[in-house]
Amino acid sequence: MTTDGSLTAPQDPAGRGAPIVAVALDGAGWHPAAWREPGARPEALTDAAYWVGLTQLAEAGLVDLVTFEDSFGIPVGPWDDPAADRTDRVRVRLDAELVAARVAPATRHVGLVPVVTVTHTEPFHVAKALATLDHTSQGRAGWQVRASPSGTEARLTGRRDLPEITAEDYAAGRADEQVAELFAEAAAVAETVRALWDSWEDDAEIRDVATRRFIDRDKVHRVDVETRWFSVRGPSITPRPPQGQPVVTALAHATVPYELAARVADVVFVTPQDDAAAASILAEVRAAEARVGRTGEPLRVVADLAVVLDADGRAAAERLARLDAWAGQAERGWVTDARVLAGSAADVADVVEAWTGLGYDGVRVRPAVLPDDLDALVTDVLPELRRRGLARTAYDAGSLRGLLRLPTEVPNRFAAV
Amino acid sequence: MSTPTGKPRKQIILGAYLGGVNHHTLWHLPESGSQIDFSTFERTARTAERGRFDFFFLAEGLALRERDGQVFDQDIVGRPDTFTVLASIAAVTEHLGLAATINATFNEPYELARQIASLDHLSGGRAAWNVVTSFDAFTGGNFRRGGFLDRSQRYERAAETIEVVRSLWDSWAADDLVIDKEAGVFSRSGAGSFAHTGEQFDVGGWFGVPRSPQGHPVILQAGVSPQGRDFAAASSDAIFSPYGRFDEARDYYQDVKARAAGFGRDPNHLKILPSASFVLGATEAEAQEKARWVREEQVTGRTAQILLEQIWNRDLSAYDPDGPLPDVEPALDAPSFIAGRALTHADRPATVARLRAQAEANGWSLRQTVIEEFTRGSFVGTPTQVADALDDFVQNDGSDGFVIGSHLVPTGLDELVDDVVPLLQERGSLRTEYEGTTLRDNLGLPAPACAGATVEAARA
Repeated sequence: MTTDGSLTAPQDPAGRGAPIVAVALDGAGWHPAAWREPGARPEALTDAAYWVGLTQLAEAGLVDLVTFEDSFGIPVGPWDDPAADRTDRVRVRLDAELVAARVAPATRHVGLVPVVTVTHTEPFHVAKALATLDHTSQGRAGWQVRASPSGTEARLTGRRDLPEITAEDYAAGRADEQVAELFAEAAAVAETVRALWDSWEDDAEIRDVATRRFIDRDKVHRVDVETRWFSVRGPSITPRPPQGQPVVTALAHATVPYELAARVADVVFVTPQDDAAAASILAEVRAAEARVGRTGEPLRVVADLAVVLDADGRAAAERLARLDAWAGQAERGWVTDARVLAGSAADVADVVEAWTGLGYDGVRVRPAVLPDDLDALVTDVLPELRRRGLARTAYDAGSLRGLLRLPTEVPNRFAAV
Repeated sequence: MSTPTGKPRKQIILGAYLGGVNHHTLWHLPESGSQIDFSTFERTARTAERGRFDFFFLAEGLALRERDGQVFDQDIVGRPDTFTVLASIAAVTEHLGLAATINATFNEPYELARQIASLDHLSGGRAAWNVVTSFDAFTGGNFRRGGFLDRSQRYERAAETIEVVRSLWDSWAADDLVIDKEAGVFSRSGAGSFAHTGEQFDVGGWFGVPRSPQGHPVILQAGVSPQGRDFAAASSDAIFSPYGRFDEARDYYQDVKARAAGFGRDPNHLKILPSASFVLGATEAEAQEKARWVREEQVTGRTAQILLEQIWNRDLSAYDPDGPLPDVEPALDAPSFIAGRALTHADRPATVARLRAQAEANGWSLRQTVIEEFTRGSFVGTPTQVADALDDFVQNDGSDGFVIGSHLVPTGLDELVDDVVPLLQERGSLRTEYEGTTLRDNLGLPAPACAGATVEAARA
């Protein structure tokens, strides 16, 4: 690294900037047995220092953003019974938005993107929490919108009755209607949050001493949202965040969530299992954008990739086999929603190169084990990507929107033209 | 008044209140800073920690206040999300407690338990929750659930909320995290399991935040009515007292401590904290002069009219602030003229009668009446005088400490910390170093009964 913090790398002849490299932080890592690895620190999952350390590590690697995984209830694997009493999995998780807020003053450049569940929470609280994260991080906030179709999570507040959906229900299409309804509501929440962020114009605070007016009340607006799920009057109690509109992201695996992302998000995380799927999913996302009539900036499409990193493919495969044996899935292997890549730094760089070649805006790496695979990402993978011109060489913007090359002047929907 | 002899000296508890959405904060002074930039919160919290304060305190209001249907623009408008800004402050402080005023009406117990316990972990045991309730349909307009709560159910909901929240905090015993990598046991069977069925809530499932450093983060409340006093005395660790004048404060102190004892609690484990402000000067005369100036800046003629509009519930803009109090009667049954503000004058006709009597007896104008009657407990004088007054107030059982704020953000606390705190430390009434690692330790509150036993019993 040079003295000014930049890293040397090939020029970017196309001028569109390097691909986005994001890191998804989750517990002890994304593998269900990650916590049993010698390097894992499962006892530290509730410590601020753990999350600060991981985020600072990602920042040292010039990662664009980190996401903080969350659920409304305890962490549950994609196909696991959410109501089961298990003793062999990580069962703890702090509120991700608060983790991001705790990390914010301890970092300077990296985007902070907590997952926030919208099904059982108040849009008003969500909006002001994220606006405040944007204030305390000085323009680095985003969020990943999460709908919760789980009956087990609904029981936590007891405010609505949702039937539990099993993997079989999903497979048979029996859950389609319920899921579509929850995603429609999630889109409405995200849109309401955006409206609340705009409910204060940037120059609403005037501090006019002569008239003793702190704000110009014509620049503070009710949102008057009425949906079939909720209504919110507004305005927000929190002034417009520094980015105007913090970055909205969503993880999407199918048509309904692709459309949600196309309606309300800036970034969509998708989960291709191979190159062919990568091509078809990208086409599906673009089709969803057209279907919902998205205008302005196209979605930044970022592919998720779960990684088990080692010196070579063989060593990585052995690590993965050990993890799978611990997780009791030696036969089946680690099957998750995203592609699992057990390999070397060069193997990961090859996938990034292939997928960005297809038109992806970047990747979000899910380290199988923390901090091990994040260490390897920063030490080995990112330098390899930089050698290929596939990762940024310096933080060159003062906000997350800037890092993602989203417009940093964001018009306010309520401002008089 | 002086310090009683023969009694052990009490340690003064200090909370730092960041001035915000009210007429106390003089935002129009050139030296006043941002009300939303993180630097303001960081600055104030660091100052409080330098002064060995127990905690930093944030109020809450979940709707912009309105007057006659329009956003009220004269005082400071806008504030951050409480939990988020406190979690960020945790990063720039080490010992300072972080007290969040959070409404029990517009949040679910599960969310509250999770957020507060998360804050407690992320701050290493410094979280506190000031429980407030609302029955206000105006604020409810910002929420899915609306303003559905009947006024009579406020305490019922608050009590059940606290009960559920504490049961969630107790759902993990201290030793439920096993973390045996070899054997593959992360946690004990049943850890985090909870179920509750009551009048307000029917909830159950798994709680994912293991026992936090304080076990039970500190709970604060305010209580004025007999019902409110009982509720606070039975279930909270500290109470915000509205009484700043010594005689009233001591009566309240005795009453609430007796109620705590009546509930079988050690009265020393319930701390009484009135809010207070201060004005310092090199001489007493200078301080009094400055205090008068501060009060007049806080209560302009317009502000005086508006503060009375809360009581009269009607437009008083036509009444001369330098003339007598309005001769019209309050509009008791009209919709709220001022909305989104905590109602501090429940009995409007009685309040009007009291103000009229005071104004007449003293020959006060409308504005003077407001200045005299709406000023909260204020300590005015030289640093030595203020240190004496604060100390005497506590040693004579007017309170266990104060939640103290300045009219100037974010630098107003500096002179208190620089000039008064060392005097309190010299006389042994304020710590020079933090005693413990958690807020509970520093406040001298006992560790909550270890959950292990109750959880085991519940699981058996």
